[in-house]
Amino acid sequence: MKIHYGTAIAAVALVAVHILMRLTQGFAESLEFESVLANYKFVPYAVMLELILILLSVHGFNGLRVILLELKQGRIYEKAVSYGCVVAMIGLIAYGSRTIIMTNMGMV
Amino acid sequence: MAQVSSIADEQISTPVSSSKSITLRIARYNPEHDDSSMFMEFTVPCEKWTTVLEAILEVKKYFDHSVAVRYSCRQATCGSCGMIINGKPRLACFTKISELNSDVVTVEPMNNFPIIRDLAVKFERLFDTHQKIKPYLIRDDTEIESDEKEFLQSPKEVEQYIQFANCIKCGLCNSACPTMATDSSFVGPQALAQAYRYVADSRDKGKDSRLKIIDESHGIWRCHFAGSCSQVCPKGVDPAMGIQLLRGYLLGFRS
Repeated sequence: MKIHYGTAIAAVALVAVHILMRLTQGFAESLEFESVLANYKFVPYAVMLELILILLSVHGFNGLRVILLELKQGRIYEKAVSYGCVVAMIGLIAYGSRTIIMTNMGMV
Repeated sequence: MAQVSSIADEQISTPVSSSKSITLRIARYNPEHDDSSMFMEFTVPCEKWTTVLEAILEVKKYFDHSVAVRYSCRQATCGSCGMIINGKPRLACFTKISELNSDVVTVEPMNNFPIIRDLAVKFERLFDTHQKIKPYLIRDDTEIESDEKEFLQSPKEVEQYIQFANCIKCGLCNSACPTMATDSSFVGPQALAQAYRYVADSRDKGKDSRLKIIDESHGIWRCHFAGSCSQVCPKGVDPAMGIQLLRGYLLGFRS
């Protein structure tokens, strides 16, 4: 559970930076296609986005796992939920990372 | 039901002098025969000092001896007569009818416990979880082996845990806990409060093993801090606070 608290605290800090970046750029302009591409190509910012992706995925799927474990109990069910959440988390991180990496490498 | 009430009316001239009578609704359920529980109503005489347990025993004595209820000490010490009284988990022997401010008193078995019959519930889960957290002082040495005859504590050290030592294992906190209702493997506020009671005891050396027991997927982290356990404790124990203090140990804020 420490990982849940840790990811939450870290995510709050990084998401705050992320939101501030949006606001300083002007919210509407920051979401324009060219602006988003530029963000991904700026390596420090891309690294931060990747970190946010990982932190929120770990936090979110662990939270979902806990909710599902409280709904129902049983050895097989609990294993299925735990492994299912880990697989879904890895899938989401892989998909999000793919977007960041492809854009950063100029493939978009 | 009407028949029961009329019998109750006839029996109202019992030897007990009464200035008032109330309607006692008792949940009746036998898992071996019944599909669901039903309420039976009895008109019971009561004085301002009459407890809910005394009213139930009045019903057993004069109206229906088959009502199943567990009780023993009648003075909030044994923790046997926990039940839901007008929607709230309470000890029947420690709840006066006059303090309920109602002419209708409804008694039901405690939530989150399997029902044996009527108001009597099974305590196996509570005792299992209580036993699981090792509710005793763990030390390598003993009084017999040590040069000192006593494990002395300062009043400040006693204050750390003394309120948690008042637990009478009545199960009201577990009955009020919303997590207990959904998570059948949850350790529960009673056991967690007792884990804190021993972890906080300066004489105890079993902190690490106890923290390991409660730091599992259905352990201390499943508490959502609803705080209902502390609201219903008849002995003034604050299990919700104990759980938060235990979390302090696990997160490294306390040692």
